[in-house]
Parts: sequence; structure tokens; C-alpha cells
Amino acid sequence: MSQSLGVITPQLLQVERPLTLVSGAELPRYDLVYETYGELNADASNAILVCHALSGDHHVAGLDKDQKPGWWDGYIGPGKPVDTNKFFVVSSNNLGGCRGSTGPTSLNPETGKVYGPDFPMMTCRDWVNSQNELRKHLGIEQWAALIGGSMGGMQVLQWAIDYPDKLRHALVIAAAPKLSAQNIAFNEVARRAIMTDPEFHDGRYLENNTIPKQGLSLARMLGHLTYLSDDMMGSKFGRELREDKLQYNYGVEFQVESYLRYQGEKFATKQNFDANTYLLMTKALDYFDPAAEFDHNLTKALAQATAKFLVVSFTSDWRFSPQRSHEIVKALLDNDANVSYAEVESEHGHDAFLLPNEHYEAVFRAYMQKLVNELPEHSQNGEQK
Amino acid sequence: MKQISPEFKLISDWITPNSRVLDLGCGDGTLLEHLIDTYSITGYGMELDPKKNVQAIQKDINVIQSDLNNHDLAEYFDENSFDFVIMTQALQVVSRPDELLDDMLAIGKQCIITFPNFGHWRMRLQLLTNGRMPETDTLPYRWYDTPNIHMCTFNDFEDLCEEKGLEVVARTVVNAQHRSTMGMRIAPNLLGEVALYQVQKKS
Repeated sequence: MSQSLGVITPQLLQVERPLTLVSGAELPRYDLVYETYGELNADASNAILVCHALSGDHHVAGLDKDQKPGWWDGYIGPGKPVDTNKFFVVSSNNLGGCRGSTGPTSLNPETGKVYGPDFPMMTCRDWVNSQNELRKHLGIEQWAALIGGSMGGMQVLQWAIDYPDKLRHALVIAAAPKLSAQNIAFNEVARRAIMTDPEFHDGRYLENNTIPKQGLSLARMLGHLTYLSDDMMGSKFGRELREDKLQYNYGVEFQVESYLRYQGEKFATKQNFDANTYLLMTKALDYFDPAAEFDHNLTKALAQATAKFLVVSFTSDWRFSPQRSHEIVKALLDNDANVSYAEVESEHGHDAFLLPNEHYEAVFRAYMQKLVNELPEHSQNGEQK
Repeated sequence: MKQISPEFKLISDWITPNSRVLDLGCGDGTLLEHLIDTYSITGYGMELDPKKNVQAIQKDINVIQSDLNNHDLAEYFDENSFDFVIMTQALQVVSRPDELLDDMLAIGKQCIITFPNFGHWRMRLQLLTNGRMPETDTLPYRWYDTPNIHMCTFNDFEDLCEEKGLEVVARTVVNAQHRSTMGMRIAPNLLGEVALYQVQKKS
């Protein structure tokens, strides 16, 4: 039976060495906030790094101090597909984030003020390089697995390409090898919504004691739309009205409008997500294209990857459709890599990777059980039987 | 050693050690697991059914979930990627068996195919005496709900191979219990229930 991990206390890694970024800029020092679940085994072979998506953070499983469950608590914990009785699971907030790792809301040591728009641009590779410092700090020679959904899956791909000997398995879920023009276009509209908000102040809104609430809320509404499927919105809201008849005005008339506004509002105020972080994360997504430095050939890019892969997509995901996962699978097959691929039937669109689903859970659990079987303590237990 | 079906045993006898194998419609991965354990083969399985996919992953098989009626093999694999492309009891369920055969021989040097014989005397007798589509233990479906939409006889299949310029490297004809008799060797298309074919392009 699965139990809860209980309340988790985040930890902080302070890296006092500079990090040279892909853009050429340099971070003189940085903090990484992270959580861990489960125990590292004697030979440090059971460590798993979970990479988060655009608006995610290091709080993946268990409860935080406000009793809020982690964003992947359904899949990570004791007895869950990623079983914390077997694995030591690590997750950090990406650099440039707003949940405790160094980012636009942190103080710039050079000016003594918050970074705001001066925080350097991040890429997936920069995140992977910083996560590699966390790996060293935790005394882990090689991750048993890297796991990530959406933008998290992109970081997993980048790990597999940049540090092939540092991971044994790569679980790439609801991801893409690069953004399409349409993906970038959606990101650009989201950014314009934020940057044209009168409260944006060229990104120095915190110094002006304000936040671009409207812009951030709009950006989130747009983003949220791309996470849902048409079918699912149809079955959840249809054309249902808030009142029992049409009002013929611009107020909230349809339930779907009410829902989207609520999602946007919640994100910008209650969840207090930083607008500069949102801008930066969307840019990092746009920049992601590991094949670019290999003649735009993903097969070549993945030629050096030695990890075994599980790739998962969801049928109604149109943000990163099954076709996009297929591109990753094809490149791995071209390299004769070890790869399994599951195309999970779901009506929940891109969001499906966070939600309960029988097939998804069974695939995830089966693959992770395979990893458990590879652990040294498992083979010892096997001998005792 | 785990028990495997007689059909899988017969197929295994044709596989060379350390070869690269693709199993189309690999089910729960039993055949591939056996070939990996026994002959150290490498390769992949393809399977549409989600439950069977999970079972194959549990066996540590590389399995790609795909519907071959909607995807071409060429979308996944380059030419000559495999020594053997296997398809057991599935030729008759695909939308274009002839095109799939071409695709299989594009990505693999040899194909191993098994299918039920619609020319078996019981089929012929049922059609002759009842005037209705045959139903047997191996093919228990009604004409309207059967997944077997492209039934053929051994002769039909061999005609197709001839048309396509394919060479039948080996053939084994057996009954439903996967045993062979003298009669089957003399009149396979009348007495054989299941055939296993190993085919390749004529060199």
C-alpha cells in the first residue's frame, strides 16, 4: 500500500564557484534549493533526479510546510511507481526559478538589488550543468535514472547527451526534441502579454513594488489552454453558462472563461509566480534544440547517449504530440539504443503526464521495477529467498 | 528454462546467435525473451496492446507501442536494420499483408512468418457442406467479427512470394499442436493447419 512521505524540508546547496552559461554570461555564485526522498544506498547506485517543467519546482513529492502535496506525488513515494523505499529521489528548482534557487528575484551580488531582468538567460544545458554540481555534492557517481515530463524531459535528453556516463536510464515523458514554430509562437504571445503589462516596468517591477499581474495571468491562461485537449474541455465545460441565460455583455458568461480566469489569477497572485522567471523559462524552452550542434541531426546528437530510454507520450497531447516523441524514438532506434515507447490513451492533453492513468502508471511502474531489479540490494535479497 | 510454445520453439531453430531481431506484434515479449536468453539476440518488439506492452517491459524487452495499420515500418527503421523480422499469426490481420511483407524485407534480411492455413481440408469441407464461412478451434470467429481479414492458403502465400521475387528459404507445416506428419509433408496445403515460412529476397 502506498503511504505519504510526510512533510519534506527543502535543503539548500550554495555553489560559490562561477557557472559559465551557454549564452557566454557568468553567474558568480548560485543557490540550488532541492528536496530528497528515500535513502541513498551504500554504493550510491539508487539515486534518481527528477527534472521539473515550466511552472514546476523542487517540491515533487510529500507535503511542504503548508501541507501542499508535491506536483508528482501521485507517482513518487513509498509503494508508488518511483518507490522511495527503493530509490533516493532528488529534485531541485531550476536556476532562474522563483522557488528558492537563484533567479530573477534573488539579490545580484554585484548591485545589491534583485536581479530582475538582469538575470542571465538560461538554457537546458545550463540547468543540467548546475544539476551536475548537485550530483557531485550528494556523492552520486551515476544516477540510476533521470526522469522528467515536458520541459523536464528535455533536461533528461540534455543529460543523456552531455553526461552519458552519469545516468543509466532516461525517462522522457510528454516531451519534444525541440519546439515547433507553433510552440514558440504560443510562448511569444505569453511573453508579450507579460511585457506589455503597464506594471512590468521593463522587468523592474519588484523595485517598483508591483507585479505585472494581468500580463502574467494572461500568459498562464494561454499556457493552460495548450495543456488541455479540445475533447477534455468539451466534456468538462462544453458551452455551460455561469448564469442560466446569456447576458450579452463581456463579463464571464461561459464556465470555461471562469475556469481560465481563475487559473490565471491563481498563478499570478496566490502562487506568486515571478514574471521574469516565466519569461526566462519560456525562452529556455525556445532555445532547446540539442540536434542543432550536430548538423541538426537528432540521431547524431543522441549517438553518444548510452542510457536506456523509456519514452512516453499521450494521445490527446497537442503541445508535444506523440509525433514529437516519435522523433526521439526514431533517433534512438537509429542508434540501436535500448528504448521502449508507450503511447498512452488519455483525453487530458499535455497535462496527462501529471494525472492518474492506469496504462501510464503500469508502464512507469514496470519500467521502474526493472531498475529496482538492477540494484545490488535487490540481488542480495533475491539470494536470500 | 522457461516453457515456450512449440511454434516459438520452431521459430527459434531458425535464428542465428547474436543476430538482430524485430518481432512485429511481439505480445508480452515471450519469444524475444527466449531468443535473448538462448541466442543472445538484440532487437525490438512492436506491439499495439497496452497491457502486453507493460508485460514486455516487465520482461526487460525493448518494446515500441505502434499500430502497424497506421504507421509504416520505414518510419521506425532504416533498410537492413535486422537479420530477422518475425511476425507470428498476424499476417492475416493487417490491412495490406503484401505491402507489409515488402516493408519487412526492406528493413530485414529475412522474414519469419507464421499463419493459419485457410486451405486446410476442414475449412474446405465446412464451406463445401455447409455453404458457410468455416469456424474452427484455431479460427473461432464469425465472418463479421473476425480480426482475420486477409485469410490465405499456403499456396496463396507462395504465389505472392513468387510474384514478389521472394525465395522461400525454409518452410515448416504443422497441425494445431505444432506437430508434423507424413501427410502434411506430402499435401501441406490440404493437411497442414499452421505454416512457418522463412523468406528472403532472391539474390
